[in-house]
Amino acid sequence: MAAPQFKNPVVRWIDYRLPIFTQLNHEYNEYPMPKNCNYLWSFGAIAMVVLITMIVSGITLAMNYTPHTAYAFNSVERIMRDVNFGWLIRYIHMNGASMFFIAVFIHIFRGLYFGSYKAPREILWMLGVVILLLMMATAFMGYVLPWGQMSFWGATVITNLFSAFPIIGDHIVTWLWGGFSVDNPTLNRFFALHYLLPFVLLGVVFLHVAAVHVHGSNNPVGIDIKGPQDSLPFHPYFTIKDTFGLGVFMIIFAGFVFFAPNFMGHPDNYIPANPLVTPAHIVPEWYFLPFYAILRAVPDKLGGVLAMFGAIAVLFVVPWLDTSKVRSANYRPLYRQFFWVLVVACILLGYAGSQPAEGIWLIVARVASIYYFAHFLIILPLLGKLERPRPLPASISEPVLKGGGRLATAAAAKPMEKA
Amino acid sequence: MSDTTHPAGGGGQGGHEGEGATRRDFLYLATGAVAAVGVASVAWPFIDSMNPAADTLALAQIDVDLSPIQVGQSITVTWRGKPVFIRRRTEEEIAAAASVNLAELRDPAPDSARVQQPQWLVMVGICTHLGCVPLGQKSTDPKGDYGGWFCPCHGSHYDTAGRIRRGPAPLNLALPEYAFLTDTSIRVG
Ligand code: HEM
Ligand code: FES
Repeated sequence: MAAPQFKNPVVRWIDYRLPIFTQLNHEYNEYPMPKNCNYLWSFGAIAMVVLITMIVSGITLAMNYTPHTAYAFNSVERIMRDVNFGWLIRYIHMNGASMFFIAVFIHIFRGLYFGSYKAPREILWMLGVVILLLMMATAFMGYVLPWGQMSFWGATVITNLFSAFPIIGDHIVTWLWGGFSVDNPTLNRFFALHYLLPFVLLGVVFLHVAAVHVHGSNNPVGIDIKGPQDSLPFHPYFTIKDTFGLGVFMIIFAGFVFFAPNFMGHPDNYIPANPLVTPAHIVPEWYFLPFYAILRAVPDKLGGVLAMFGAIAVLFVVPWLDTSKVRSANYRPLYRQFFWVLVVACILLGYAGSQPAEGIWLIVARVASIYYFAHFLIILPLLGKLERPRPLPASISEPVLKGGGRLATAAAAKPMEKA
Repeated sequence: MSDTTHPAGGGGQGGHEGEGATRRDFLYLATGAVAAVGVASVAWPFIDSMNPAADTLALAQIDVDLSPIQVGQSITVTWRGKPVFIRRRTEEEIAAAASVNLAELRDPAPDSARVQQPQWLVMVGICTHLGCVPLGQKSTDPKGDYGGWFCPCHGSHYDTAGRIRRGPAPLNLALPEYAFLTDTSIRVG
């Protein structure tokens, strides 16, 4: 791919010294995308836009927010009532966190379904898991900032998880708090870190995107691009497709912000933090519920904590646990079914996490937790050996061009649907 | 050239060559060790700055007047940002706490080790599971299956000496350091 000839002399002057325009053209204009990528491939770009939205809304919130136990709650209420468009900015930030997790969860399950973590994309996948961890840390600390009852007790319960570690546990917790309970020093450091981590996140996202562009995107068929007939330039084909997907996503996002801004929140967080009274029913934000359910499913404190962290740690090694050479679940009849069982298990875990840990929901949480780990640690390694994949097409375009009647007509019908 | 910049790894060379490689290895190790110690000693002040500050530690003592508390009543005071439960126990509660068979306790402790004066039970009111404040201070609160305290977060039951009896918490409610200043006042911390 030769350097493009830019007409604008200023652009040419800069590009000769710092080839950012060549780089941009290379990565976002002529960059070859597999032409069969569907809308599930839009969620990376969507997540990126949500991250930028979080940073912009976060910085403007920070200009009116006071990180002190005596003022934090009231400063957020002032943002809601007195600051120009404060209500909008805060609701964007609050719901943006949820939308971020929705986009990233879909993005991750997309990767699991189409085997996007397989060689040569292992590092890309692991950077993705790092992004998930950073997001969770950022969202957890952000939720503490408004200093409501859920902020305080969520912070207390989650930081206390570290006390489960023998000997050093209590020292870690005191160190995290900067005191003997969640208090002003804790709020201050959480604010500092909540401001910092999104920029660290941005850095890791940059590496993640750089890693995608080394070998290109995976695609629904899961085989490599064999030639020019298999790909389309990123611009305009995928810029338009991603923009359309983003538009639909943003309509849903705006729907929450304007019509149900507290739907995903918890009313107790509009009560100022009180260190002497625990709310009757503490639940974390919805995006933590599956992990919370795993924590509570284990009847031992340290065991529960290890299982919860293990649930994410296991994702790091998925590229090596899955022994099948075939990427896409579309060609793996058995894996495809187990994939959906995993999805159901995760949803059940999420629901069980929102219920009191007793009776039927405790049992559901236990069964689903066992399946979660079994899926990755037992089923994935075995399936690669036992399963007989369906034959893969010779190339990405083969199913479309030769006798792929169903796909071809579907593709032709698309423009008419939109017209 | 290559002999000096890339120490020979394989054997079979002259004694001089082998010696050079050893010195080079030593230099690598020494440089690495100096860097590691340097980084660790520079990192420590930053890490330690996140531990409790001097004023946080200084706030760590309070005096409590016990005289207004009637038999069977509890009060909650704040110490180090945490609730401290002070209960003037009834005769029945003391008897119930003393009669427990220690072998059936998860975190065995006789009642006498839990109090300085049997009447006064002083504990940190923080569940040893994940840090919620157990219920049982108010007369209308649920007190759990053992008549002491009940943590609603994940269902831990504590008895009338604050010992864990059922539920996920691993330990008894913690005892703060305290001393009787007079018969009716204590200093916590
Ligand atoms: C990865 C991106 C981010 C996520 C997932 C995130 C998440 C959150 C969450 C869940 C809350 C609690 C909202 C509520 O219930 O009120 C929050 C609050 C807050 N965040 Fe962020 N945040 C992000 C980026 C940022 C950035 C870059 C800043 C810039 C300083 C920021 C500043 C704030 C402030 C000041 C608050 C307190 C005001 C409030 O509670 O509405 N956030 N954040
Ligand atoms: S915090 Fe009390 S039972 Fe979990």
